[in-house]
Amino acid sequence: MQFKTKRLQESTLFWPFMVLVLLLLINAFLTRGFFTIEWKDGRFSGILVDILNRSTYIGIIAIGLTLVISTGGIDISVGSVVAISGAIAAYLIGGELVLQGDQQILVTRTPMGVAIVAALAASLLLGMWNGLLVSRLRIQPIVATLILMVAGRGIAQLVTNGQIITIYYKPYYFIGNGTLLGIPFSIYILLAVLILVILATRRTALGLFFESIGVNRTASRYSGIQEQRIVFWSYAFCAFCAGVSGLLVSSNVKSADGNNAGDLFELDAILAVVIGGTSLNGGKFNLAGSILGAIIIQTLTTTIYSIGVPPQVNLVIKSIVVFLVSMLQSENFRALFQLNHKNKLIRSAV
Amino acid sequence: MKQIDKKHLPFIVTVSLFLLMYIAGSIAYPNFLSIQVFINLFIDNAFLGIAAVGMTFVILSGGIDLSMGSVVALVTMLSADLLRKEVPPAVVIPLVLLAASGIGAFQGIMIQYFKVQPFIATLAGMFFARGACYLISIDTINIDNEWYRDVSMAAIELPTGDFISINVLIFLLFALFGWWLLRFTRFGRTVYAIGGSEQSAVLMGLPVNRTKVLIYTLNGFCSGLAGIVFTFYMLSGYALHCKDLHMDAIAAVVMGGTLLTGGVGSIGGSIMGVLILGTIQTIINFQGTLSSWWTRIVVGILIFAFILMQSLLNQPVRMMGKKEKTVKKAA
Repeated sequence: MQFKTKRLQESTLFWPFMVLVLLLLINAFLTRGFFTIEWKDGRFSGILVDILNRSTYIGIIAIGLTLVISTGGIDISVGSVVAISGAIAAYLIGGELVLQGDQQILVTRTPMGVAIVAALAASLLLGMWNGLLVSRLRIQPIVATLILMVAGRGIAQLVTNGQIITIYYKPYYFIGNGTLLGIPFSIYILLAVLILVILATRRTALGLFFESIGVNRTASRYSGIQEQRIVFWSYAFCAFCAGVSGLLVSSNVKSADGNNAGDLFELDAILAVVIGGTSLNGGKFNLAGSILGAIIIQTLTTTIYSIGVPPQVNLVIKSIVVFLVSMLQSENFRALFQLNHKNKLIRSAV
Repeated sequence: MKQIDKKHLPFIVTVSLFLLMYIAGSIAYPNFLSIQVFINLFIDNAFLGIAAVGMTFVILSGGIDLSMGSVVALVTMLSADLLRKEVPPAVVIPLVLLAASGIGAFQGIMIQYFKVQPFIATLAGMFFARGACYLISIDTINIDNEWYRDVSMAAIELPTGDFISINVLIFLLFALFGWWLLRFTRFGRTVYAIGGSEQSAVLMGLPVNRTKVLIYTLNGFCSGLAGIVFTFYMLSGYALHCKDLHMDAIAAVVMGGTLLTGGVGSIGGSIMGVLILGTIQTIINFQGTLSSWWTRIVVGILIFAFILMQSLLNQPVRMMGKKEKTVKKAA
């Protein structure tokens, strides 16, 4: 039995999971109706559903980012890509009220499908740019993506002309607000991406390639892994995920704001990945953990709002959680409390 | 001799680019070429310059700091709040410097002793400082303290008849101090050694733990000083001050030729990076019709150009090194 709990504790998901349980417990005591899920207007509604729905924004990005981080890289431009993707979609859909006979009819600038494809294609292109810089030009990932992070918001504002574009076209709302079988549509998107990536990485050797590159890029290349190509596409895919997230966000808030959409998303997404047990040094990754991380972050935000703490405290509490989680994951910190255990180990070793 | 040239090339390119932009601005806009416009670069960017000095140390050691902008905002908030409560400036200034250095030291301990990634540790610091600002107040707090107003308004006349502010003096003196610290002290050399290879530095018997905590403490101090200078500049405390300061500082440091992997770079380069950022801003202000987001796009393009140049510069060096080795082997 002791052996079993020990193994459980060593699982990378143990501590993040405990944090989530703790958060839920706090909510169980402080927020009335936190766990109630009702069937209303043909959809499930409740705080938990809301948390899951909102955590998809960061969750989808975290999937792409996990792959990038597993190769030893990082992408800090995802927030900007979210803004660009939303801006392009909103701009292309546009929409003007035109009088047709007696009725006002909304005419989109381009069909919705085209707008979505264009936004995703643009995101993919931006990701390929990042990938090119990192894989071919050998620029450090954080600097390479810093370029797009800085310039990206400028580009997004260029597209929206510095304004907030409001979207009036109703069918577009479905992506971020609609439900399928009573469950928010965005959750299906997240699950689809997640399952696809898990299958691709764990059922084929691809996942091992990622980890191998993260451990040692040069050695991987010498052992025949097409390291440049894999790194390149991991950045492209990451930006693509950010593009999807951009569509979800812009659809959910029914507008695109070049300056503020996806603000701090890159930090939240990286945080989600790290909380989920993926090391920023690369070499190992945990996709389910990243999603768990995203859910923890969203639960935390919702908790703070729902227990009536002034929203300003949000950031302070968030910083404390980041601190606690990173400390719990730090072996040196845990060793402080396991001195006896360590001593025993040393003695047995001697 | 050739080696020295290679080492200084990024710095020379940074300086040339600055001159080029300045000359282009002068040709395009009649009033651009005046000493006062040049001095304004320093007046308007003194806080960024001080922040860049701290960031240079952190990046040289192979780390990164995301908390800078938030800590600066916290310092403006704390100062404004304390001054509002009639605490004398002689108490306020050491207190905020201590608080900022404390945050830095705390992050340093997290990073060095508990092996938390610098990115994550300073991210926590960023959230904490920004949140602490909101705890003090959501609104702007204006500063009415007479001493602060006097310092803020004080103008030092130069022989040419132009004026500089006290902020510029603080900035220049501090940059000089940073340069000395990095160039001529044991501490500075250890910073370079850690950035080059932390493991080697440990094996060489250098005090890596102590130095790293000191680097982040110094960086916190820089944020504090930048915050004080910014308070003089704005005469107010506000939680949304300096939202992207850390990114500007990182951009300035990168443009100054410091490698984000650590080990290579200089204070002088970072200062030039700050001046380039300032010049872009000035040109866009002079131009008048360009929207503010063009600043971001231009800065992005410039960072790209710099990095491209650096990677191109580095490659021939690497190849030469290989050749030398093969030659030696053959011999």
